[in-house]
Amino acid sequence: MRGADGLGLMLGALAGHRSRSLMLLLAMAIGVVAVNLLTGLAEGARQFVIGEFAMLGRNTLIVLPGRKETTGGMPPITGLATRDLTLGDAEAIGRLPSVRRVAPLQAGQLEVNVGNRVREAFTLGTSHEFFAIRQLSVGQGQALPPLPLDQAEAVCVIGAALRRELFGTGPALGQWLRAGDRRFRVVGILSERGESLGMDFGEMLIIPVASAQVLFNREGLFRVFAEVRGPQFLDSGKRQILATITARHEGKEDVTLISQDSMLAAFDGILGALGLALAGIAAISLLVAGILIMNVTWIAVNQRTAEIGLLKALGARPAQVRLLFVGEAALLALAGGLIGLGLSEALLWLGRQLWEIPLQTPLWARLGSLLLAMLAALLFAWLPANQAARLEPLAALRPPGARA
Amino acid sequence: MIRLRGVSRCFVLGDQQVKGLDEVSLEVAKGEYLAVMGPSGSGKSTLLNILGLLDAPDAGEYWLAGEATASLDENRRAQLRSQHIGFVFQSYHLIPRLTALENIELPMLLAGIEPAERQRRSARLVERLNLGDRVKHRPAELSGGQRQRVAIARAMVMQPALLLADEPTGNLDSHSGAEVVALLEELNGEGLTLLVVTHDAALGARARRCLRMRDGRIIEDVQQGPGDARR
Repeated sequence: MRGADGLGLMLGALAGHRSRSLMLLLAMAIGVVAVNLLTGLAEGARQFVIGEFAMLGRNTLIVLPGRKETTGGMPPITGLATRDLTLGDAEAIGRLPSVRRVAPLQAGQLEVNVGNRVREAFTLGTSHEFFAIRQLSVGQGQALPPLPLDQAEAVCVIGAALRRELFGTGPALGQWLRAGDRRFRVVGILSERGESLGMDFGEMLIIPVASAQVLFNREGLFRVFAEVRGPQFLDSGKRQILATITARHEGKEDVTLISQDSMLAAFDGILGALGLALAGIAAISLLVAGILIMNVTWIAVNQRTAEIGLLKALGARPAQVRLLFVGEAALLALAGGLIGLGLSEALLWLGRQLWEIPLQTPLWARLGSLLLAMLAALLFAWLPANQAARLEPLAALRPPGARA
Repeated sequence: MIRLRGVSRCFVLGDQQVKGLDEVSLEVAKGEYLAVMGPSGSGKSTLLNILGLLDAPDAGEYWLAGEATASLDENRRAQLRSQHIGFVFQSYHLIPRLTALENIELPMLLAGIEPAERQRRSARLVERLNLGDRVKHRPAELSGGQRQRVAIARAMVMQPALLLADEPTGNLDSHSGAEVVALLEELNGEGLTLLVVTHDAALGARARRCLRMRDGRIIEDVQQGPGDARR
């Protein structure tokens, strides 16, 4: 059989069973749309998070107390307790040649009130430098003043949302608020920025680190942010910081250093896996479409037994019969897949117009979904087509009940 | 052309074994005109299906055009059907979504014949069978006689040596039936081996050789004078 003639026969058969063909087309299109939309959403979320991380600044290192590393062997009996990170550690890091700025961080929840307005607020104890490191912009007033780290000045900077909740429409700058059992004067209000890296700065109360240590009655720091002088100083900065802390902690390397790159890599990995999982879930819809194709092809084989028998009587080989039925399914899958691709691109475009998330389906998902649609169709059409190919022409041609 | 030796074919109906064909032996020479007659269930359709390679015997041997068919695979059988055998059925078996012309060309499509050659052959048959413009219509728009003529054209388009007709006039009125029979006999006159399965005694009487079947056996095999069989 010539290719063009085979194609003509298949298209003729598809056109001859219009509602069946449309149904399968729809099933395939929906499956492909599902795969592409979900991977597009996941990819958009990934891009969004990566963008958020970029705000942290490439040159920032985060020092965490404790060693986040598992080593084998029995733990030593004595002297395992990790040391706190202290303000002294932070100052020592700040004196390192490759470090431009350093900001200690103390954090906790505090009850904040102004008059009778009470609010539970996430409170950061830090320094003037923190604003530069995290690129926080102050909308009104000023940032925390540059103070010696151990000076517990009674000043604070508040987030825009917290300001609204505590002061309503009244003036906030220069006013006093009570946090825990201390009073702070509001010297600055952050501009609206919203959430960044899981921290909602709008709801945040920022006070000098020494004040936070007193309020939380805790000497050890939550973490220390250090900004190196440039990307080329990242490695030397890491080494120097570790060496400094080790020297100050009696030879124990009991801190963990996190750089933006490593966090990015971790989140990238997690979100990438999430995207794959979503694609996998969506692929199930393609599988369902494939099973639908199998059923419908099966019905088609049964409805068209007479035609199959006739084709065989006219000299069609089993392989030709199989080709015709599998080909019909493949054509449907291809057409449905292309429709689905177009539709999902249109929907993602619409999503990009509505939200700021960069919704984009990666190329592998587009090609993969199309390929998967074809594969599902071929796989599931194969069984009924094979049945058609093996059909005895005699049984196919005999009108039901007419002859013994 | 055809040689059967001890051919049997059994069917299982419920828990009963029915012998569709019981040790049938038969020889048909090229260009013969045979009628196969007998009551329902006598095995004539089974014989036709086996002769047409649509069914394989359980026992016995069948040579078609000198080739033993018992051990052939389905591909080779399909090829033999395509090259040597034409079928005409009682209920035409035209594909409804194709036009009459496309139905006629279908065997050539399956055999991979070039469009130019297809057109040449089908045009000749359409003219010969006096189908004219009707071939641009779908089977549903044709009369029974026209449909059967389309089916005959389709059977002849691969230039087979053997034409197997199963009750070719069974669904036709007597006028269309006579036309179809005349056409078949004309083709037989040009050397085509024609085997007609029929209930119709008048049609059976026209053949030069008549087989009567009962219970899967040939009980009578008579040569009839060409004088009373032909016009």
